[in-house]
Amino acid sequence: MHRFVVVVNLLGAMVVIFALNMFLPLGLSLYLADGAESAYDTAIAVTLVAGAVAWLATRGAERELQARDGFLLVTLAWTVLPAFATLPLLSYIPNLSFTDAYFETMAGLTTTGATVLVGLDHLPPSINMWRCQLQWLGGMGILILVVAILPLLGVGGRQVLRAETPGPMKDTKLTPRITGTAKGLWFVYGLFTLACILAMHWAGMTWLDAVMHAFTTMSTGGFSSYDASFGHWNSPAIEVVTIIFMTIAGINFATHFQVLRKRSLNPYRLDVEARAFISMLCASILGLAVFLYAKGTYPDLLTAIRYTAFNVVSVATSTGYANSDFGVWPLFAPLWMLFLASFASCSGSTGGGIKMMRAILMFKQAFRELARIVHPRAYVPVKLAGHPIENNIIFAVLAYMLVYGSTISIITMLLTATGVDLVTAFSAVVACINNLGPGLGQVGPAGNYAWLSDFQAWLLVSAMLLGRLELLTVLVLFTPAFWRK
Amino acid sequence: MKIIILGAGQVGVSVAESLVSEQNDITVVDIDAARLRVLHDRLDLRTVLGSASHPSVLSEAGADDADLLIAVTQSDETNLVACKLAARMFNVPRRIARIRATDFLDDEKVLGPEGFDVDLSICPEQVLTDYIVKLVEFPEALQVLDFAAGQVSLVGVRAYQGGPLVGRQLKDIRRHIPNVDTRVVAIFRQDRPIVPDGDTVIEKGDEVFCLAPAKNIRQVMRELRRMDRPVRRVMIAGGGNIGLRLARALEKDYSVRVVEHNKRRCEVLAAKVSDALVLNGDATDEELLEQENIGEMDLFVAVTNNDENNIMSSLLAKRMGARRVVALINRRSYVDLLQSGEIDIAISPAQATIGKLLAHVRRGDIVAVHSLRRGAAEALEAVVHGDRESCRLTGRRIEEIDLPAGTTIGALVRNNEVVMAHHDTKIEAEDHVIVFVTDKKTLPKVERLFQVGARFL
Repeated sequence: MHRFVVVVNLLGAMVVIFALNMFLPLGLSLYLADGAESAYDTAIAVTLVAGAVAWLATRGAERELQARDGFLLVTLAWTVLPAFATLPLLSYIPNLSFTDAYFETMAGLTTTGATVLVGLDHLPPSINMWRCQLQWLGGMGILILVVAILPLLGVGGRQVLRAETPGPMKDTKLTPRITGTAKGLWFVYGLFTLACILAMHWAGMTWLDAVMHAFTTMSTGGFSSYDASFGHWNSPAIEVVTIIFMTIAGINFATHFQVLRKRSLNPYRLDVEARAFISMLCASILGLAVFLYAKGTYPDLLTAIRYTAFNVVSVATSTGYANSDFGVWPLFAPLWMLFLASFASCSGSTGGGIKMMRAILMFKQAFRELARIVHPRAYVPVKLAGHPIENNIIFAVLAYMLVYGSTISIITMLLTATGVDLVTAFSAVVACINNLGPGLGQVGPAGNYAWLSDFQAWLLVSAMLLGRLELLTVLVLFTPAFWRK
Repeated sequence: MKIIILGAGQVGVSVAESLVSEQNDITVVDIDAARLRVLHDRLDLRTVLGSASHPSVLSEAGADDADLLIAVTQSDETNLVACKLAARMFNVPRRIARIRATDFLDDEKVLGPEGFDVDLSICPEQVLTDYIVKLVEFPEALQVLDFAAGQVSLVGVRAYQGGPLVGRQLKDIRRHIPNVDTRVVAIFRQDRPIVPDGDTVIEKGDEVFCLAPAKNIRQVMRELRRMDRPVRRVMIAGGGNIGLRLARALEKDYSVRVVEHNKRRCEVLAAKVSDALVLNGDATDEELLEQENIGEMDLFVAVTNNDENNIMSSLLAKRMGARRVVALINRRSYVDLLQSGEIDIAISPAQATIGKLLAHVRRGDIVAVHSLRRGAAEALEAVVHGDRESCRLTGRRIEEIDLPAGTTIGALVRNNEVVMAHHDTKIEAEDHVIVFVTDKKTLPKVERLFQVGARFL
């Protein structure tokens, strides 16, 4: 119980900080007079009060966060904050059920980008801004932000950071102090977002669109303020800028940090993951462009390259923008893209999926087993950039893959049990657990998630949460050992 | 000369052995009393017990009036500190340190006067590795040595039936390969040296040492024996310092397997090599050798730190079909037992490694000294100074020089050009002269030849 008090205390502080974020859409709303001002008053009031009460009521119990509490805090934060985030949506959009609103905000914070809302073009800009801002906050991780600005987490902060940073090896500390690392990551994230805003405006977006789309590009979220997504502009310049920044977002931010600190591009060259990520993207773009051209989807190769480049990078980085309906492409192409979305992004990036690092390790582990068959007495370590990887990391990755695979199967089966067709069900689960957004069939780029029943929505919400927190962080809460003293 | 040797390990002892026989005052420092006692009983030298990096110990060893400090303890750090202390506190004029970690060698500031003040750093493991790598490159050779920054090579080959020159006179070599300038500097027949001249007939089984420009070595060897196909697969028994260096040096160009019995060490090895395959097991384990296709191996190199293991595993490997086996053997008595038996090449690490060090101890401007045939003979490269008046070599034709018996001048390197020595070749100042000495006792005489007389100074 004592443990719970600390977590509630921190959670309260976090909710207060979260409430402050709502002032941005409020300000925008007042500035543009878009008619959504009233939506924020209550939302801010309720969130602030709730947070403050939780914080103040548990004040006396402050103590350092223990490693185990970190998991609880992270999972609770990621379930509670989307709930508060629904308040502006609920009060502005009539008839929006809590389930749908929660689905929307969870899709926001987890950077999934699946939407249940139709008619985005007619929503007030401030509401769209709030959706995009949620993705931006969730992209780098809201708890990492808290660690960066509040020194109150102590050593437990490392646990929080570990739980929220994706990838199999989480102990790459950029600076000696954990707050310094968190600050560094958010600084790099902020810097690239700023660059993205400027580049998008330069490429032809209005400032407002540029900010919103930079938010959802750098977080690889995929929310857009238009139903047609990037089809709205139909501009190669904007697409190129977006491709570049999506790719940046798909690379480990720790590597970006090193590049900025050392003022040299060498860290990119030495980052095995980044190299695999980039080559995978290039190969897939060219391969699929030729495939689509051969199948006659596009009349000439250049057009094919334009559309495959944008959609492949968007899907592979788990962003989920679309500039054409790739749902109507020959099935192989979107399937390959979904496959990429499952592993292409680098660990420590804002992308989703099991991460390139795990894929590389699995691949090497497979080769190691083959080598062992031929040479039973051989010592064949799995190596990355010349350094051997410890076996316990390999086992952790294996376990992770197993849990990942079974989670996908279980949720897919539950969805099909509710009557969804297999392609839709499977692609929806893959799209949610990888924090991608669009899937195939009914949830393809041309469709959306508005038709979900409450039960189906909650299933996918859990998939998004599990995917964003990399499964084990959440699942550990369901083991009896976690709660034992 | 007064010499202090720090560390009575393998290298320290073999350095002491070779220097004692050359009339030097030697003091050996070590922390192991038992080791020192053995050494003291065997050789005519002084021993001091204590840590080699402590000033008091160095002082006790007579660092104050020592001419040379040779730091060859196990630890790089101890060696470095000892050299610094010797330079700063005791003004020892020359300091040699054994440095294993290449990290220290990356920046010359580390060993320079403002750093640890080391005149010469040696790494015996690296020397041995280079030695073995040469044997992999030239699988027909018994030994390959480089002189004059790699321009001239001295290669030892056993003459076999089938070599075009076997059974013929040496002067025929010029007719066989007219475009290659080579010179046979010594022949060992039944372990006895023969000073060759043009009429000497090469017999099968002779060990022939020839000097030739590095690029022509293969052609010269082809005259003496049938060439083998090049080496592709190498198995290394023993993953110690030498095994690891060897694996790393060879793994890019050859298929390399390393057999190591210690599991921990296997992990370390596997982490440090990139292409070589690390196998856990005993190199004398027939089953393991069979499993890893020992019969397909072009070369089997036994470099564990145990002589008996090296001998047994290479004998076994040879029996099981390895084309050529090389064993590292420390004990000289074993080497002599095995040299012409089933083991193709027995390498004595001490002899192979201390040449560079000996070059520093010798008088005259000696650039390199190499031991041949386990120390029975030596090849040295020295620079000639002075003029006709002050030096007994400068300005003279080779036939005019009074060389000690069993000594041959093989070649000269003048302005980066290789000149093979003939009886009428004239030696000039600043020439690098490569001399082959078949009897070590004549070494002091040879050294004196290169010394410049008082009049020159």
